[in-house]
Amino acid sequence: MNLVLAKNETGRALSDSFAIARGRLPGAGKVAEARSVAFEAYERAGLPHRRIEDWKYTDLRALMRELLPLAPAPDAAALTRAATAVKLQAVKGARRLVLVDGVFAPKLSELGGLENGVTVRTLQEVLEAGDAALQTQLFTPDDTNPMVALNSAMMTDGVVIEIANGIVLKQPLQIIHVASGPVPAAMFTRSLLRLGKDAGATLVESYIAADGAKIYQAHDSLVLAIGDNSRLDHVRLVEDGREAFNISSAVVTLGAHAHFNTFGLTSGAAVSRYQATIAFAGEHSRVETNGVNLLNGRQHADTTLLMDHAVPHCASREVFRAVADDRGHSVFQGRIIVRPDAQKTDAKMMTRALLLSDDAEADNKPELEIFADDVTCGHGATTGALDESLLFYLRARGLSEKEAQALLIQAFVGEAIESIVNDHLRELAIAAAQRWLEARA
Amino acid sequence: MSLLEVKNLKVRVEDNEILHGLTLTVNPGEVHAIMGPNGSGKSTLSHVIAGKPGYDVTDGEILFRGEDLLEMEPDERAAKGVFLAFQYPVEIPGVTTWNFLHTALNAQRKARGESQLSSPEFLKKVREVAKSLNIPQDMLKRGVNVGFSGGEKKRNEILQMALFEPAVCILDEMDSGLDIDALRIAADGVNALRSPERAMVVITHYQRLLNYIIPDFVHVMSKGRVVKSGGKDLALELEASGYTQFEDAA
Repeated sequence: MNLVLAKNETGRALSDSFAIARGRLPGAGKVAEARSVAFEAYERAGLPHRRIEDWKYTDLRALMRELLPLAPAPDAAALTRAATAVKLQAVKGARRLVLVDGVFAPKLSELGGLENGVTVRTLQEVLEAGDAALQTQLFTPDDTNPMVALNSAMMTDGVVIEIANGIVLKQPLQIIHVASGPVPAAMFTRSLLRLGKDAGATLVESYIAADGAKIYQAHDSLVLAIGDNSRLDHVRLVEDGREAFNISSAVVTLGAHAHFNTFGLTSGAAVSRYQATIAFAGEHSRVETNGVNLLNGRQHADTTLLMDHAVPHCASREVFRAVADDRGHSVFQGRIIVRPDAQKTDAKMMTRALLLSDDAEADNKPELEIFADDVTCGHGATTGALDESLLFYLRARGLSEKEAQALLIQAFVGEAIESIVNDHLRELAIAAAQRWLEARA
Repeated sequence: MSLLEVKNLKVRVEDNEILHGLTLTVNPGEVHAIMGPNGSGKSTLSHVIAGKPGYDVTDGEILFRGEDLLEMEPDERAAKGVFLAFQYPVEIPGVTTWNFLHTALNAQRKARGESQLSSPEFLKKVREVAKSLNIPQDMLKRGVNVGFSGGEKKRNEILQMALFEPAVCILDEMDSGLDIDALRIAADGVNALRSPERAMVVITHYQRLLNYIIPDFVHVMSKGRVVKSGGKDLALELEASGYTQFEDAA
């Protein structure tokens, strides 16, 4: 059997989808060419399945039963529905960039009073009329990952933010992805944030659905380039609809003396995967990446991180907490590569899972590949249930079973949430966790 | 009506019967001491009254103000006014004492149909209570019992007792793990909470604690039964003669 040609239904539907959509996709010439190359890369692999090690726990061939058609550009009704949802999630005081069904919605966005030295454009604009260097950077993500390649081929819109040297943004930037509505559809977005030297910014990404949104597929990717001596604080909150798919990728590079603090919370979507590659390109840089999965029903959430220590004297910390109830399935794959030159690397990874039911599952796969000899690297993982003696103590003090569980779950995820430096963002994450806890009470 | 009535209580844990028909009546304002050797069932009694899972009541009943306590969830019992001071209070990392106390007090108030205390209202109340018991405020900011000494853990139990104002307090081996100074401080806290409406059941292995908390009644437990009851002098008698005589009697 020829494996290249052995596609399942979903695989075939995707190629059709690209053939149909390509005329509508922004960017001609080199961009169109790059799309075709990316699609061919995708086609060679097809939808990832469990026999591919990296996708062992998240078999998209089994989980993504059908590919949905590319979402139409949102109409007035869709924008109205989206606007209501945005109101509930908008961060106060943040510059807001809203993508409705994968398309930038200027009317829902709020960008007033941008500092000099900050430019914000849509992906569509940049693909149609951007400079070649920026377009190339947008295609940087690794096309050996089939879902990244698919995203490269299909990306419709997104935002491209450039922050010049020495500019430190006071207000956070929030990108809100909204799925507007009742028609099943797929969105493909890509955004880029480039921080120059000595710069700073806070980026929030929210994934939500308008009321009444049913099944949809959000395919997103993010390119982050953090210059020397710059700092980026990043929070992503996945609160997609309960029938949604969210397949997101991030490619992050850090210069020297740079700092990246990132936190992700997933409580929404039926199936989600967040795959991030973080590469140290300059010395004395630091990354903290933390995450929380809060799952119930039949939710499946996969976080796959690759920390690439290519240069010496960098530090990374990964703290991950998973809470799974019912038949929820949480996956954490953390790979740390310390390349031969990366002496004095300090890398640590700690994951803990809390299973609230007998049918819940948490898979944890740490992989350390260390090629340098003077490094500190460590990882640890635990899985367990709520401590009965703690539960009884709380109940003996008047808390109901759900209240006692909620307090202990809050404490359990607290360590990961505490890592968010910005008070306002930390509260945002706490509020998202609170919403999940209240929904199960 | 009695506050707490334990009638002919029989309790099993898996295949072992621990309590073989225990009877105890506690009225408002009374302090009862329950003494007995290790394994006599003292802690089992306290756990069953508080509603800890894992115990199988095969016969008898426990009435609290005439209501069937065994039918209630542990949190319902707490809201009605039953308080167990734990022998080994648990540590709860990540939950501040402050947040825990506020959540618990409001949960009890909600169950009783009372209004919720806002953060400032709660702050005022908890500060007053902590001050009256000489408990330093910074204890409230720390994780529940995390890194507390044995004495601090017991004081945290007494702080809760003062805050929740229960009708009946079961003190399970309050003296375990305490040196003599910590014991005196803890006992002072308990004595401050004695009142004509409130009853206390003090469970202890040693007579020493009863030098500080003077009981009205002393009951000796052996092998899952109360084998002798008397006044406070019974404790002194036990101190002199030991438990052996009762083990033979039971």
